[in-house]
Amino acid sequence: MKLATVGLVAGLALAAASGGADGGGRTVTLTIHHSRFSASELRVHPGERVRFVVRNTDPIAHELIIGDQTVQTFHELGTEAHHGDRPGEISVAAGATAETTYRFGPAAGPPVLFGCHLPGHWAFGMHGTIRVV
Amino acid sequence: MRRTLLAIGTGALAVGLGAGPASACGGLIGRNGSVNLVRTTTLAAWHDGVEHYVTAFKFAGSGGQFGSIIPLPGVPTSVERGGDWTLQRLVREVAPPVPVFAAARAESAAAAPADVLLQTRIDALDITVLRGGGQAVGEWATQNGFLLTPDTPEVLDFYARRSPIFLAAKFDADAARQKGVALGDGTPVHLTIPTSNPWVPLRILGVGHAPAERIAADVFLLTDNKPALLPGDSAAGLTVARQEPATTSLLTDLRTDKGMDWMPQSMWLSYLKVDALPAQLTYDLAVDATGAGRPSPVAAGLDAGAALPNKDGGTPVLPFAIAGAALAVVAVTGAGLLVARSRR
Repeated sequence: MKLATVGLVAGLALAAASGGADGGGRTVTLTIHHSRFSASELRVHPGERVRFVVRNTDPIAHELIIGDQTVQTFHELGTEAHHGDRPGEISVAAGATAETTYRFGPAAGPPVLFGCHLPGHWAFGMHGTIRVV
Repeated sequence: MRRTLLAIGTGALAVGLGAGPASACGGLIGRNGSVNLVRTTTLAAWHDGVEHYVTAFKFAGSGGQFGSIIPLPGVPTSVERGGDWTLQRLVREVAPPVPVFAAARAESAAAAPADVLLQTRIDALDITVLRGGGQAVGEWATQNGFLLTPDTPEVLDFYARRSPIFLAAKFDADAARQKGVALGDGTPVHLTIPTSNPWVPLRILGVGHAPAERIAADVFLLTDNKPALLPGDSAAGLTVARQEPATTSLLTDLRTDKGMDWMPQSMWLSYLKVDALPAQLTYDLAVDATGAGRPSPVAAGLDAGAALPNKDGGTPVLPFAIAGAALAVVAVTGAGLLVARSRR
């Protein structure tokens, strides 16, 4: 996963260099292929607002849920069939691209995770960590 | 009693269809969706350039619809109801019951959409033969109510790189029940597929299984000559339990079953056992039954970049894809869903 992390960091740098389209925030593109995110670790700044573009290349649906462990547990056990109303939570249909924006807290906050909670997807490995540094 | 599931060629990616109560966000898995793979039994018989797959779909779930997707080495020329006896007779051949008395009688990515090549209904099974890449077949399955487990896309591509032919079967358990089909009954399906050599997909058996869940399957081969196999005994999770000339009594018995009168007077019987963890089952079974002794590494999934040869001899058939999925619960392999009727 190290390569993936490096790749994502590179993606972040590129997004930052391009300026970002939404209020100056950076844009991070995550690609999902074979039920795996293109990165397992992200790094953001405290208080930063990031626009996440999720590109799903699979023939099955996925989702991106960003939040601490409490948020992740809620969704793992929850019953919401579709996401999109809350920042940092988005459903992505098969072969589709979707986006969501999330503002991160201070560096001292609880660890931030991201992942997919469709049945079996988290256990399959569809999750990662966002380090606020 | 040994339950036999004949997957056409092999494995089946089975999943429940139909919506059950959601148990997780975006959940499509029903709370009562307990479909389990019991054991898969497959016959791949090959004679005169034609492969005969005999498979049985058995209802082992709690209701609703279930589906299964199986990769095929070529386009079948016929898909019909198979005989009820073939699989059980093969199982008996390799594990004969011990008689109580000497005289006792034994009992016991964005490609073109998938093309629908054939659709038929056999009892409570709706069968569709598809041609398409992994992405296309996966999309077709999703659009037709299958819920693919997260490991499915990669497996679909694994097969689609070599052959684009898949068989998707929907089993309507509720309809079957209404027709009086009891739990444990199965629907045998017989596919006739022109191909240069028999082939049995094995990797697909692992789809939808937990990492520690063992996969058990019986694979029978009947061929004109002693076949060369790849992988053989050296592969993790695969054992060649028997290789010998088929007995006259076996061939005679099988020949009396529905659709089995094509069998010649002599054949070679191979019996392989699969007992593997999903992580071990990374291969398929390639067979060279021509006597040349060169089973294809590509067919075995050991070189997925190339294509399987077709009947005309070496022309790539192109990738085949699978689609499998299901809703109400987890993806399972043929077994729980595809099981042949058992006889004692």
